[in-house]
Amino acid sequence: MKRDDGATMRSDDTGLLAREPGERTYLTEGTTLRSWLLSTDHKRIAILYAVSITMFFFIGGAAATVIRLELFTPKGDLVTADTYNRLFTLHGVIMVWFFLVPSIPATLGNFLLPLMIGAKDVAFPRLNLMSWYLYVIAGCFTLAALLLGGVDTGWTFYTPFSTLYSNSYVLLAAFGIFVVGFSSIATGINFIATVHLLRTKGMTWMRLPLFCWSMYATSLVMVLATPVLAMAMVLICAERLLGLPIFDPRAGGDPLLFQHLFWFYSHPAVYIMILPAMGVVSEIIACEARRRVFGYQFMVYAMLVIAVIGFLVWGHHMFVSGQSPFASMIFSFLSFVIAVPSAIKVFNWTGTLYRGTIRFSAPMLYALGFVGLFTLGGLTGLFLASIPVDVHLSDTYFVVAHFHYIMVGGSVSAFFGGLHFWWPKITGRLYSETFARSAALWLFFGFNFTFFPQFILGYLGMPRRYHEYPPEFQVWNVMSSTGAVVLAVGYLMPLFYLGYSLFYGERAPDNPHQATGLEWTTTSPPPKHNFLVFPVVRTEAYAYHDWDEAPGKADETMQDERA
Amino acid sequence: MLESASTIAPSVDRIFWVLVGLSVVIMTVVGTLVLSFAIKYRAGTKAYRGPLPDWMSREVEIGWTVATLFVALFVFWWAVSAQLPHFLLPKRALEIHIVAKQWMWKAQHPEGVREIDALHIPQGVPVRLEMTSQDVIHSFGVPAFRIKQDVLPGRYTATWFEATKAGDYHLFCTEYCGTDHARMTGTITVMPPESYATWLAAQPHGEDLAGEGAQLFTKFGCSGCHGAGARVPAPPLAGLYDRPVTLADGSTVTADEDYLRTSILRPEAQVVAGYPSVMPSYQGVASEEQVVAMVAYIKALEQGRSEAR
Ligand code: HEC
Ligand SMILES: [Cu+2]
Ligand SMILES: [Cu+2]
Repeated sequence: MKRDDGATMRSDDTGLLAREPGERTYLTEGTTLRSWLLSTDHKRIAILYAVSITMFFFIGGAAATVIRLELFTPKGDLVTADTYNRLFTLHGVIMVWFFLVPSIPATLGNFLLPLMIGAKDVAFPRLNLMSWYLYVIAGCFTLAALLLGGVDTGWTFYTPFSTLYSNSYVLLAAFGIFVVGFSSIATGINFIATVHLLRTKGMTWMRLPLFCWSMYATSLVMVLATPVLAMAMVLICAERLLGLPIFDPRAGGDPLLFQHLFWFYSHPAVYIMILPAMGVVSEIIACEARRRVFGYQFMVYAMLVIAVIGFLVWGHHMFVSGQSPFASMIFSFLSFVIAVPSAIKVFNWTGTLYRGTIRFSAPMLYALGFVGLFTLGGLTGLFLASIPVDVHLSDTYFVVAHFHYIMVGGSVSAFFGGLHFWWPKITGRLYSETFARSAALWLFFGFNFTFFPQFILGYLGMPRRYHEYPPEFQVWNVMSSTGAVVLAVGYLMPLFYLGYSLFYGERAPDNPHQATGLEWTTTSPPPKHNFLVFPVVRTEAYAYHDWDEAPGKADETMQDERA
Repeated sequence: MLESASTIAPSVDRIFWVLVGLSVVIMTVVGTLVLSFAIKYRAGTKAYRGPLPDWMSREVEIGWTVATLFVALFVFWWAVSAQLPHFLLPKRALEIHIVAKQWMWKAQHPEGVREIDALHIPQGVPVRLEMTSQDVIHSFGVPAFRIKQDVLPGRYTATWFEATKAGDYHLFCTEYCGTDHARMTGTITVMPPESYATWLAAQPHGEDLAGEGAQLFTKFGCSGCHGAGARVPAPPLAGLYDRPVTLADGSTVTADEDYLRTSILRPEAQVVAGYPSVMPSYQGVASEEQVVAMVAYIKALEQGRSEAR
């Protein structure tokens, strides 16, 4: 990914993030462990988060691998039923709360938000550091639950199973989730305050890059939805530990109440995971197509509408739970409505390519992959929003495939895309473009190979959370499991070439992609306080066209079109 | 391929395949656009790249917003109208009681025949399932019928189907319920009505469900209060089913199965207006299956039939 932007290239050093003598970046401000663990610099906290979520990603991924290996054969021959149940619980809990929710916001968001709006740091730097510590404490509780013997409730913790029947470490895990919730609330509050208070001169709301808007919308959802999750977890502990009858039907409690509370958080949580991805993809596509995002304002409103309506659709997880038919109809209706803003985004990304100058760099491949996988994930959401079809498909592999298309095909692809896109800014190094592109393609195929067969399995009726299944489902399971092996290899690839670039990668120029956005106006890696001279914004976001600088010139072509 | 063996299955499949069609169309449109733009506008080509006039992007934007909204609302309307008949439980139906527990399905036919992890059903007859769980939440799912309904502890849930094709079909528990969730499966056998009658006659018969309920009614001492000539003031139960009941707090509820069940297991939760709250709770005394039988008995107490048997 050598591109010259006229910046002076610095000489090629080797060794972990080796620097020029005298060079000062956020990485050189203290190199002791203490200087990292007590840093309130948003960039360093982003790195702390990145390291921790990577660790959890591979733990969760290992669990997934064992699950898929077990499902190679219809008999439960690799692990016992109880182990299997603990594995999918572990996979779900870790991937949702310890990887996906913090993935983009806490790493790329933390690193980039202040840079993108021209600020020195986030609004509350110490709260930011505290949020990472909360995350680590929560992670310890969850890992403790895992090491002591695991949890077997599924990541959904449905009552009364979780409160009265499960013989596993539910309390530890529930407490871990309770705590990790506060780390996302802290991040959310911080981002909201940062966007409101710290935008630099000229950075009006309608000039904010879409990534900032996505962080803002995500933060709103985090701050408003996570407390409900915390409550639900407290209630579980209250019933399990203190015997307070809340969900126990024998004492007049209502087990469905838990599902309402849980999904009131967990549906919006889907948007906590996907909105940031939408932000990342918008940045990449605009830059790599050299074109302003098509319908910028519509993109902003679409994200806000998704964030709001996202709170009103939770009942679509409960069509077969015994909820009233009237409630089901309303939830179904709203679930169809929320499909519209998501569709608009897909069309707008496509529209951004129109008349662009497209480069197929690794981040762009991830971004285009995202568009395809997210579209299919979204479309299969329509199946599940239709009540009669959902009755057939709910709790089958169709649902599993659907949300993996959104959360892995969508969010994880975007996270990887973003990681590559901003890698030179974050580390000051360039990675191998060839390796990166092949990994992107490999992951795309591995992903579809793994998850597409699961749609078919689901339609055929295979229930989820089964470690044994009737033999007629084997063909599709073998396909899916083979794909999973491919996918697992794919996820290891970036570890190597990105890791390599940290040691031997070429030094990155300040703006290797010739991107707009304030983060590219500072050095790579940025100095401790982000900018040596604080930037002033004079144009709208994504000024990729030459007619942006010289408005007069564009008139000829404009007139041609109008005539 | 998945069997389609109930009256509702074809309409579910129709919506499913139309949605598949719609997805293919949209994926193709998006895919073709992305690909053709990717080729035409790749860096280095001589394609025209001038600005888009404002009105154009606005119109396109409004155009596809309205179009997707329209499609979404149409699918919503279609799906809901297909579901409506299924929401309404048929009045005249073969009523089967299901009690789920970790990790088995127990079924009771109205004639008193019981089955475990199996259910025999006549073809062409609406079957209504009244279900409850003894422990955690389970779910009764039969892919070939395209039905699924969670089975909850503490209340009754119901669903119905009419099988159209004789054969054996999978019954899956589709709500995670602990260790042997994956083994909580069974077989639904659909038979032509004549074979069903023969099968039923060949099974060991107990008392029918309502008859069994009547015996329990005496055994648990219900008749001492609710029976004719009882000295305790207790409401008469004849003809109670499906009628409105005024409660002590002034509200009115319909005496459905759930109400009857709660009245037996937690009488203090809904006290009938004008009566003292003296009825003992049968929680932990009567099993779910016994409650099912007593509820069946109370339902069978039509007006005019004496409640003292
Ligand atoms: C000690 C007397 C007593 C016994 C024994 C008793 N009940 Fe009751 N039952 C009452 C009274 C009094 C009420 C009305 C107050 C209330 O709703 O709690 C009542 C209410 C009911 C109701 C609601 C009636 C309505 O009109 O809504 C049902 C159903 C019922 N009982 C069934 C039973 C069954 C079945 C048993 C045996 C398992 C039983 N009862 C045993 C005294 C009794
Ligand atoms: Cu949802
Ligand atoms: Cu189950």
